[in-house]
Amino acid sequence: MDRLKEKIYKWIFTLLAFASLFFLVGITLTLFIEGLPAFQEVGFFDFILGQDWYPTYSPPDYGILPLILGTLWVTIGAVLICVPIGVGSALFINEIAGKRLKSILKPIIEILAGIPSIVYGFFGMVIVAPFIQKLLNLPVGLTAFTGSLMLGIMATPTVCSISEDALSCVPRSFREASLAVGATRWQTLTKVTFPAAASGISTSIILGMSRAVGETMTVLMVTGGAAVIPHTFFQAVRPMTSTIAAEMGEAVMGSTHYHALFGIGLILFFITFIFNIIAELISRRFRLKLGLGR
Amino acid sequence: MRKQVTQNLGFGLLFLCITTALFFLGTIIYFITVRGVRILSWDFLTEVPKEAMTAGGVAPAIMGTFYLTVGSIIIALPLGVACAIYLTEYSPRSFVVNIIRMSINNLAGVPSVVFGLFGLAVFVKLFGFGVSVFSGCCTLGILVLPQIISAAQEALLAVPQSYREASLALGATHWQTIRSTVLPTALPGIMTGAILSIGRVAGETAPILFTAATFYMRGFPKSIFSEVMALPYHIYALMTEGTHPEQQTQIAYGCALILLFLVLSISAAAIILRQRQRKGYE
Amino acid sequence: MKNKMMFAVLAAFLSTGLIAGVYGFSAKNLTVKGSTTVLPIAQSCAEAFMNKHPDINISVQGGGSGVGIASLIDGTCDIADASRLIKDKEMQKAKSKGIDPYENAVAIDGIAVVVHPSNPVDKLTKDQIKDIYTGEISNWKDLGGDNKKIAVVSRDSASGTFEVFGELALDKERVRPDALLQASNQAVAQTVSRTKGAIGYLGLSYLSPRIKAVAVNGVEPTKSNVVDGSYMLARNLFMYTDGAPQGLVKKFIDFVLSEDGQKLAEKAGYIPVN
Repeated sequence: MDRLKEKIYKWIFTLLAFASLFFLVGITLTLFIEGLPAFQEVGFFDFILGQDWYPTYSPPDYGILPLILGTLWVTIGAVLICVPIGVGSALFINEIAGKRLKSILKPIIEILAGIPSIVYGFFGMVIVAPFIQKLLNLPVGLTAFTGSLMLGIMATPTVCSISEDALSCVPRSFREASLAVGATRWQTLTKVTFPAAASGISTSIILGMSRAVGETMTVLMVTGGAAVIPHTFFQAVRPMTSTIAAEMGEAVMGSTHYHALFGIGLILFFITFIFNIIAELISRRFRLKLGLGR
Repeated sequence: MRKQVTQNLGFGLLFLCITTALFFLGTIIYFITVRGVRILSWDFLTEVPKEAMTAGGVAPAIMGTFYLTVGSIIIALPLGVACAIYLTEYSPRSFVVNIIRMSINNLAGVPSVVFGLFGLAVFVKLFGFGVSVFSGCCTLGILVLPQIISAAQEALLAVPQSYREASLALGATHWQTIRSTVLPTALPGIMTGAILSIGRVAGETAPILFTAATFYMRGFPKSIFSEVMALPYHIYALMTEGTHPEQQTQIAYGCALILLFLVLSISAAAIILRQRQRKGYE
Repeated sequence: MKNKMMFAVLAAFLSTGLIAGVYGFSAKNLTVKGSTTVLPIAQSCAEAFMNKHPDINISVQGGGSGVGIASLIDGTCDIADASRLIKDKEMQKAKSKGIDPYENAVAIDGIAVVVHPSNPVDKLTKDQIKDIYTGEISNWKDLGGDNKKIAVVSRDSASGTFEVFGELALDKERVRPDALLQASNQAVAQTVSRTKGAIGYLGLSYLSPRIKAVAVNGVEPTKSNVVDGSYMLARNLFMYTDGAPQGLVKKFIDFVLSEDGQKLAEKAGYIPVN
């Protein structure tokens, strides 16, 4: 009797454990079912490499290259901001701050990582955009640069927090050995600790990038929404995520436009999927290198 | 000597990094607080929007966010804990476990707007729940699932192996051990994880854009199949669809402050709790 | 001890939720969904209507004309706001599901073309506007103005105003891709008032002394010209219902079309239909 019960419980848990896989497959399937018609109707290369995004005109154009490039520019900008600041902060917390300061800073950073994206978008729209417009004498403040700035600030706590985790995984003995042979703290940091944690830190960068690529509300509110191939940072762009969020409401159900938006979702999904796989592989190698197992 | 200078320069640079980060984040909180506080009042928290959304309060939005948050946690918590139990208590180290782990990590990285698309296609359309609290909760529930799983896993792993052995030695079965020894010990940790994910869910906008949110209603949703107002969506709608920017920006500031306060205080509480627990285990 | 407290907190949360859920259960409900252009009218009318009839609950949702009509067809909303006429494809789908979309014009949306007050140009033909927006003309001197580059300001492509302007003024041709896209009427007004060579378009009610409206095809953009149909940059706004309005839906539509309702529409920036 008990044995049977045990077996049943085990099966229930096994089944429920597959929930994540089930949802992931569900999401992939949904995106394929709703998104593939766009690739068929528009043509794969015309869709991915088309330079014009005019979905509501007749005849319409469904070229998402400007959207992909918009996402790319904003993401690159964000990475340029969040990586140095985030990793630098992590090094500070891990290496320089004393135990007390560390025990205050680490949770603060973690708490700040929870500020909702809508707040960044709102702040960017009402404070940062007008400020940048005045400062740089631009016709509009809603630009790729504004988007990068907000995303960069937003991803900083995430990058910092994960980098710090990686740094604290570096065994104490590494540092002690370095200091014992007469290296300064700075040398130890740059020559020993940082390289040892490098692949863990690169995981944080990839995850930060993945977050920037997938972020919606912030870019929707601050990048201006012009579907053009960007030439400078001080120009409005329309990243993929904000296109989905802004246009899903206007698309006629079942139309090519509707499928095209799912198609964009599919591409987004794959980009972040690849980022995550890379992050996973790197972090596995990192753990092996430091002999941490699992 | 040179070494010392380089070290000081380097440390200075790192110090600059963290001050910049804290400065930016501090500025955001400062502006939202100072401007939001002006409009905050008891009426703002308890009234419904009035005069074409230029006056009154945001009570339905606060309540809506509450519903969505609680609902999604109710959906995600049992599932997440079950998954964590399987991974820590039952899992044979195998191919299957690797696949599950991989899918959890990947699910965690899926952009929030893609969850919105999924919710729209599946819950709203396919299952016919419509734009509703329920569709929103399901979408958000899947979104936080990975976070809940990893929090629960951490809590379960922190339960000393000796507890399990003692229980088994007394003749308890595997399931009895889990139910009466492992779970109660891990419960505070699991709850902390759940609270932490409340903070995440409360601020999410993109997933509820097509699945749950409404621009205006009076009072509260009458069933789980009616749509709701929600704080983050309210900020977005006021800023992009409003016709009276002067008053509506003020209201949006108020909403942003409430949201910020809610999310930050919830996650602060959870993180402090978690730190205490981690210390407790050590 | 700690566990019990956690449970207590959770239980308290849940019970508040349940009580609040039961509260307001008996009310009658109406869902209005669709175009963001019509949203302000629907919202303020719903608010005033509920003040008059406290037992009725109206939920007003944006989403866009497409979503509104799709929801009407799915039966998930009672009234679909639309800033355009229903499309053939949508009509077929509705018919196949036994829904009979019925159009109720509730207000008129007029669009003014505006320039910086210092600009000597004060009238343009429709073709000139089209040439400016498609990029054929890029200097004010070609239009009898100063030798100055034209800075083209447009609404972003998700907005209803953009769609109508494209249809009425540009014959559905494409706006030059480097146009500055602004998210709201307010932002267009602000940009045009600050930029000397700028041209933009916005809802009639957003006109102010800081910007100058130009005559289109010789007709000034005034309310009376819009109402009598001589000003061309105007369109009707609709609320679609399933069949001619009945019962509660009729009550609401009647209110929107009543004097009070139309006043609210005017306050929201549109022109009454009567």
